[in-house]
Amino acid sequence: MADNKEILAGLAEIVDEVAGIDAAEVSADKSFVDDLDIDSLSMVEIAVQAEDKFGVKIPDDQLAELKTVGDAVDYIAKNQ
Amino acid sequence: MTGRFTLAPTAPGARIIGLGSTQPENVVTNDDLAARMDTNDQWIRERVGIQSRRIAEQGTSLVDMASEAGELAVKDAGLNPADVDTVILATCTMPNPIPNGAAQTAERIGIPAPGAFDLNAACAGFCYAMGNAADLVRAGSARNVLVIGAEKLSDWVDWTDRSTAIIFADGAGAAVVGAAPDAESVGIGPLTWGSAGDMAQAIHIKSDNNMLHQEGQAVFRWATTKIAPVALRAIELAGLTPADIDVFIPHQANLRIVEAVAKRLRKEGAREDMRVADDIVHSGNTSSASIPLALDHMRRDGRVRSGETVLLVGFGAGLSYAGQVVVCP
Repeated sequence: MADNKEILAGLAEIVDEVAGIDAAEVSADKSFVDDLDIDSLSMVEIAVQAEDKFGVKIPDDQLAELKTVGDAVDYIAKNQ
Repeated sequence: MTGRFTLAPTAPGARIIGLGSTQPENVVTNDDLAARMDTNDQWIRERVGIQSRRIAEQGTSLVDMASEAGELAVKDAGLNPADVDTVILATCTMPNPIPNGAAQTAERIGIPAPGAFDLNAACAGFCYAMGNAADLVRAGSARNVLVIGAEKLSDWVDWTDRSTAIIFADGAGAAVVGAAPDAESVGIGPLTWGSAGDMAQAIHIKSDNNMLHQEGQAVFRWATTKIAPVALRAIELAGLTPADIDVFIPHQANLRIVEAVAKRLRKEGAREDMRVADDIVHSGNTSSASIPLALDHMRRDGRVRSGETVLLVGFGAGLSYAGQVVVCP
């Protein structure tokens, strides 16, 4: 089981690969849409890769609730 | 020992011997759409990769487009209409379910009394039809099969709904499938196909307004995760490896799906110089017509040459999916 720091680092790598955003920019307080300019389809790609990496399920309705990077880290930590 | 029945002599396999396609003259740009609904050019390009699409005039029917594409494919094959004995029309947008479109299309082209039927597997329809055509030829049930993918999606689109109006378009593409005289000339690999009826509602015509509805995010997730394995299976069934594929023509659903699937294939060994169809940019999503349109356009532009190995994969409403490897005629 990954701790929150490891989840954040793993998620940042995924965001970098999917959306081309420098991993250093991906911090817990950032909003995916407003700060990182990630659209809904990229969010799906990020979710699919996060599912593989962390062994969680992130259905579309849950995904819509994950507004910030921190929300995603917390969700993965709770559900892994 | 002979059995009870005489069976038709079989062929070593099948191959594509001609291609043809047609699109409406009427070009609809993203700016045209932005003038009638809340959207803009940049948003459309970023989400789906489309810059313009072709939309049929009211007076142009699906059968008109199917007939034109089919006629061109028969000519390209160097055949007379009378040489064709079977017509399969892959479509999901006939204005009415009865009568079918295939028989009328055959009549228009001048193909005398062929076996003719419509096949509805939506955006997977062309691959389904191509697989069936190849097996009919191989089994000796047909000599030359005209396979057409034709759609008039504009009849079923709500032109105030920006989630679908920006995507769907009209057009027709066709291929003639004939017998390969020997094993070396076989040009259509085995079909891999399937469906996911549990997701039937993800793309459907709504009963209250008869308009197409799509759950974009769910379909995107499905397509970006489930379609690469279908493509790899088609390659494996043909006895090839991903590195053997010269050209990849997936259904032109959304450029981002096309790119995501191509990326997966490259991770599995497909070549960096594998050409990937991007016909959606100026054709939009034409469902069953998108693969033969892309193949014909790429051949015309010299991006796919005779004898090259081409991977086709269709996927869409049903949900349904199918793929096979073919050789460009």
